[in-house]
Amino acid sequence: MPPDAQSSSATGLNVAVLVSIGRHPLTARTRRADQDARAVEMALTLSGASVSLMHAGQHDSDNEEAIRGYLGMGIDEVRLLEQMPQADVVPVLTEALRASAPQLVLTGTRAETGEASGILPYLLAEALGWPVINGLAAVEKVEKGVATVLQALPRGKRRRLRVRLPAIATVDTSAPAARQSAFGPARRGEFDVQPHASEADSALTQWQIQPARKRPKRLKIVKSSSARDRFKAAAAKSDGGGGQTLNDVTPEQGAEAIFKLLREEGVLR
Amino acid sequence: MLDILLPILIFSALLLTVIGAVRRVRLWRQGRPSPVDVVGGLLKMPRRYLVDLHHIVDRDKYISKTHVATAGGFVLAALLAIIVHGFGLHSRILGWALLAATACMFTGALFVANRRRNPPARLSKGPWMRLPKSLLAFAASFFIVTLPVAGILPADFGGWLLAAVLAVGVAWGVSEMFLGMTWGGPIKHAFAGALHLAWHRRPERFSTPHNASAARSSGLKALKLDDDKAKLGVEKPADFTWNQLLGFDACVQCGRCEAMCPAFAAGQPLNPKKLIQDMVIGMRGGTDAGYYGSPYPGKPIGEHEGHPNGPIVNRAGGALVDAETLWSCTTCRACVEECPMMIEHVDAIVDMRRFLTLEHGNTPNKGAEVLDNLIATDNPGGFDPDSRLHWAADLNLPLMADKREADVLLWLGDGVFDMRNQRTLRSLIKVLRAAEVDFAVLGTEERDSGDVARRLGDEATFQTLARRNIRTMSQYRFSRIVTCDPHSFHVLKNEYGELGSADMPANYEVYHHSTFINELVKAGSLTFKEWKGGSVTYHDPCYLGRYNGEYEAPRDVLRALGIDVQEMARSGYRSRCCGGGGGAPITDIPGKQRIPDMRMEDVRATGADTVAVGCPQCTAMLEGVVEPRADIKDIAELVADALVIGQSTGKTASSKSAPQPQRTVEEVTP
Repeated sequence: MPPDAQSSSATGLNVAVLVSIGRHPLTARTRRADQDARAVEMALTLSGASVSLMHAGQHDSDNEEAIRGYLGMGIDEVRLLEQMPQADVVPVLTEALRASAPQLVLTGTRAETGEASGILPYLLAEALGWPVINGLAAVEKVEKGVATVLQALPRGKRRRLRVRLPAIATVDTSAPAARQSAFGPARRGEFDVQPHASEADSALTQWQIQPARKRPKRLKIVKSSSARDRFKAAAAKSDGGGGQTLNDVTPEQGAEAIFKLLREEGVLR
Repeated sequence: MLDILLPILIFSALLLTVIGAVRRVRLWRQGRPSPVDVVGGLLKMPRRYLVDLHHIVDRDKYISKTHVATAGGFVLAALLAIIVHGFGLHSRILGWALLAATACMFTGALFVANRRRNPPARLSKGPWMRLPKSLLAFAASFFIVTLPVAGILPADFGGWLLAAVLAVGVAWGVSEMFLGMTWGGPIKHAFAGALHLAWHRRPERFSTPHNASAARSSGLKALKLDDDKAKLGVEKPADFTWNQLLGFDACVQCGRCEAMCPAFAAGQPLNPKKLIQDMVIGMRGGTDAGYYGSPYPGKPIGEHEGHPNGPIVNRAGGALVDAETLWSCTTCRACVEECPMMIEHVDAIVDMRRFLTLEHGNTPNKGAEVLDNLIATDNPGGFDPDSRLHWAADLNLPLMADKREADVLLWLGDGVFDMRNQRTLRSLIKVLRAAEVDFAVLGTEERDSGDVARRLGDEATFQTLARRNIRTMSQYRFSRIVTCDPHSFHVLKNEYGELGSADMPANYEVYHHSTFINELVKAGSLTFKEWKGGSVTYHDPCYLGRYNGEYEAPRDVLRALGIDVQEMARSGYRSRCCGGGGGAPITDIPGKQRIPDMRMEDVRATGADTVAVGCPQCTAMLEGVVEPRADIKDIAELVADALVIGQSTGKTASSKSAPQPQRTVEEVTP
């Protein structure tokens, strides 16, 4: 029973939402992942759109509980592409998306478990040849296969983009918060489990995974006598220091600038 | 002529009454099944009516005496009138008895009429204003038509005109009194009320002592969550059990609940009387235009309608009630305590909240966040469960995990995360140590008791938390649980039992810390300094007082400290809620004023410098009132401050803490 939230008209739009298993930061209990839930929320507020949920992973009770969290938002069914643990889910998702052909694919920016590299939407887009929008804040309208969307930029800025569908969009915490997951619909929602051949992620098997340790953070010492100054210092936006804004440049020039920066920062050697 | 007319009038009225009764019963039977002891309940009904119900009605002496005269007179008069005038048994003795009964009823009706001359706001108007006139018409007409039977007047006295007038009077009287009983007039409360008493949903309210306010039980029944298809909670009027519907129908619209409701007084959109009437409207189908009492504050009458199989709450509003009405309730049970018809308002509200939370996923404001926290971290604040004992790092608390058994399991509650309540807990531990109580805590194994989840309608989370707590506690041996949180106290004591199983029974002996300290005081384990503070008043927590009938132990403790308690006008079973129960601070429905402010006004009226409390919620709510105001001290704090720890006891206390098993640090690799 989804509430009648009104949003842009997107009648007949086919939206697929890729959802993952979340993990509570304090207790490490599985749950619906926050960003993925926001993606589901955004899909549900597109009036008239048909929403389908997709998860590639294992089918066990812990995972089922977490995925039911998404179903509790008022969705009847989730497609579960069954995979072995530590499988690379990109091929199976690519294949499934190609087969079901949604116009819009929504997902969180990064997962809360696993590699959580945030690279999956880009890999999918590359494989499918679709555009990617990151930081989707709102879908304003969808007309004739072109979506007008708002993209969230740092410090509350928004950029209006027009994207030819089909496209993949990722949602982060600047999207509206997900609605409450209700127990009744969550329990009644159904799983369409489809076993798929798993492709082992050979790189992943080499990795050693351990819990992250909080890195010490240098305290910013503000030497000032008045509370006003300290408040200003605390509220001041951190200036990025260096960096430059490039406007109206060719893709090659942009790529070059990025490449140069990565060199400077020592990301690429 | 009257000899022919009266039997026709009486018997046709009775026939219509029976038809009405059948229709009324069918209205109730729209509800879900609920097993009751049909015959046993009916047999117990007279006692419940004459003893239990009378206790409550008698809180208003005027109306209690009026009701005895009117209702007693009416029942007797009606029976005799059927015999004398219906069957024509013109015995002189019966005639005199009927005269006496109608005279008694007439006197009572005069007092009813007097109350209605300038009715207080809590009373409903409309048809209820007609009732005293109908009562007078019934009594007077039957009195006069019976005069010849008693031999006071000749049989043909008065001629045609008087006979016609009397016939009209009798017709009016019997239609109001007989037909109205089953066709929905004001006298409906007699018929539905009697049956409601017989088949009450919480019959333990009527067990000894015969005083319904001593009922120490939960009216909430555990939902069966394993059935995949069943709808959870109450969506439409027909989803209530049939005896709940019967209970709603018993409402006499006296408005005592309205006068006591803290949310109504605060201007939040809740009026328990209107809520019950709305349920009756829903059961019957229609709009609330025919309701003549006070509305929900800020919500005009006539905009809501419903029917038995229509939703009670619409997301868009406009159905039977609005969601914020249900979320305004603090579950303080002031209405339940006060209701002379023994209606269970609070349980009905929670039943409807269950649907909103479990099926709609629509818990307002911070509700969803709190429930998510409870699911993920076992506490409403979303704190790290491993930090549960951080506040007590210096106290060397004995852990159940080490001791395995103790006399007392000290249930700390979620107050461990609240700095104010940590002071209370420290005081309580000081008291327990001074009295050399053998206690232990669950530490990080403890979880939220599930109270907030349950009141917010999230039965699933409640049951999960409760079952896990039960499993944890089943590993250890203890003879009783002591807690300083009345909400945990109520849940552990009255609501866990239903969730226990054969190998993990969940029937605990649970003590509120005030009761436990009182026992320690009586046993002479504690010695106190002389009381030197100012005057003190005591605020009864709802979940300790009304829910569990414990009014005396906290006062005994205060007396033992040498405090002369300055009682507030509303104390004991009439204590006004602090506004902190039932998740009300979480759902936070706006009103015109805040409930704790009103309570602090009550405190101010006593002139007390300190208000003694026994609940972390009450402490938080009352301390949230702006200064200047009385200090808020938990009973445990007052006791700990007054403790005299002698040299000898001091030594034993310190030597006692030394041999306690040191928690061995184990390296655990996951």
